[in-house]
Amino acid sequence: MSDTSGPARKGQDFEHSLDKSDKTVAAFKARHDTFGAKVQHLLHNNPTLVPVIVLAVSLAVFGVIAGGRFFSAFNLSLIIQQVSIIGMLAAAQSLIIITAGIDLSVAAIMVLMSVIMGNLAVFMGVPSGIAILVGFVGGAAAGFFNGFLITKIKLPPFISTLGTWSIYYALLLWLSGAQSIRGADIDANAPFLKFFGRTFELVGARITLGSVLMVLIFVVLWYMLNHTAWGRHVYAVGDDKEAAELAGIRTDRVLLSVYVVAGLVCAIAGWASIGRVGSISPQSFYEGNLQSITAVVIGGISLFGGRGSIMGALFGALIVGVFQSGLRMAGVDVLWQVFAIGWLIIIAVAVDQWIRRVSA
Amino acid sequence: MSEVTPVVQGRNLVKRYGHVTAIDNSDFELRPGEILAVIGDNGAGKSSIVKAICGATIPDEGEILIEGKPVSFKSPIEARDMGIEMVYQTLALSPALSIADNMFMGREIRRKGWMGEWLHMLDKKEMERFARDKLTELGLMTVQSITQPVETLSGGQRQGVAVARAAAFATKFIIMDEPTAALGVKESRRVLELILDVKSRGIPIILISHNMPHVFEVADRIHIHRLGKRLCTISPGDFTMSDAVAMMTGALEPPESVRAA
Repeated sequence: MSDTSGPARKGQDFEHSLDKSDKTVAAFKARHDTFGAKVQHLLHNNPTLVPVIVLAVSLAVFGVIAGGRFFSAFNLSLIIQQVSIIGMLAAAQSLIIITAGIDLSVAAIMVLMSVIMGNLAVFMGVPSGIAILVGFVGGAAAGFFNGFLITKIKLPPFISTLGTWSIYYALLLWLSGAQSIRGADIDANAPFLKFFGRTFELVGARITLGSVLMVLIFVVLWYMLNHTAWGRHVYAVGDDKEAAELAGIRTDRVLLSVYVVAGLVCAIAGWASIGRVGSISPQSFYEGNLQSITAVVIGGISLFGGRGSIMGALFGALIVGVFQSGLRMAGVDVLWQVFAIGWLIIIAVAVDQWIRRVSA
Repeated sequence: MSEVTPVVQGRNLVKRYGHVTAIDNSDFELRPGEILAVIGDNGAGKSSIVKAICGATIPDEGEILIEGKPVSFKSPIEARDMGIEMVYQTLALSPALSIADNMFMGREIRRKGWMGEWLHMLDKKEMERFARDKLTELGLMTVQSITQPVETLSGGQRQGVAVARAAAFATKFIIMDEPTAALGVKESRRVLELILDVKSRGIPIILISHNMPHVFEVADRIHIHRLGKRLCTISPGDFTMSDAVAMMTGALEPPESVRAA
């Protein structure tokens, strides 16, 4: 072989004229952006800023419209209490949407597990703690089945969970006999099931343990997503699954784990919902699936995956709660609450599209 | 010429897919410290033989020796664990994640102490420091911040991040698949400099490319692949680009002196 110091370039050196050209390829130009581009860039780096601003503005606007009552500690804690269950479902939904998936079965898993916990503890005399654990395992299993359909059978998440939504819903109707378990029966046989309905007073606010649990779930999942390798892999899978695979991530295993964790969170929400509602009703939270997606989308988490903070979903759930409470206090018909939420969803997705169009 | 142990050596490799023979009794050899270009017409089986070497496909016959020791990789992850890095044509970067996150994808560092042990907490500071050091070493630290998302980088900078990732973790060799194919003239120039820079650190490189000027500029030897096997290995000083293309397409028989044994 020839020595490497002098590779032959005879007749092949047509790029030599480049020596005179500008060599600063990788350097950045100073930014001379318009205001709009600056805002776009800021939001691109901080996707949770949008829901935070919307929450602050809607609080201010409803404060003016509805007056001092709105800003009372009691009303604010009531808003948090009202959104707590949907908030927990939104936390589970966020995990899945970050992987570019969607889960239409979250509320069905939640209600199914609350029915299982109720049947075991109230009618079969199983200790409440064990009944709750069975519910948790069941939630994880239901999530595992969703993940199995998606990663092993390779069905799209929308189709898989559309199917399991019906399956889980039918199961919960069968197990409950389409009958509610009355609050009085729960109180008499298994009061621990209502644990998260308990309240404590704090500077005039009545805070339920369910509200605290919701915030706790968000904080734990936020930590897992942002400060563990698993969380980075979840984002990478949602961002570009093939790239993550090539970078050495076992993407199917990550996806499966996400659905299991989401199922578990739904089961925890199922326990909390018993305290929130006061009874176990198979008909409750029928719109929970779509409401959880609403909170996630308003929270600035991209439906295309890989983008957004789970904390956005918490703010998204709170925004929905603030709108409902504010419009109700202002004496606006319920149908206009629904109308307003619809516009919020459309605007949120439009803003997400605009942010994603950023180009350095 | 003294006989040196090749970094990687493939002997009589065969890979069949049904009736198609992708690798037909081919040999392969990468020597220490060199840049070996692999060229060949579309469908000649360049990527098949390189995949066999990095564990992405398992050859039906033949053996692969890494530094003289036989290996049989079941997956690219096994090859990676041995210090073999691959820069894919698609780069395999997650656009929304930061440069540091991308560099450590799949091999993140945890904090020391109970936070890392029990809470699996990542040592972000250490990962960012490491990423910044590696990019600076390769003269790529013109990016504003190590935490900025990869999608805000230019094509050349992204390629730079992918090369830096490979260079940071490779201990045996790096395979680069068409690293300049998606880049403009000036950005290609920068990436070629980067490749030579990595070579000067003593890490041998397998370069798959269609770009003859680039191949002739940086390669020490050129492996010409034709009809599923190594046709010959030439030195870029001894032949012209048109000779290489002629051999690649079968228009010219390689002289006896460079024919594969």
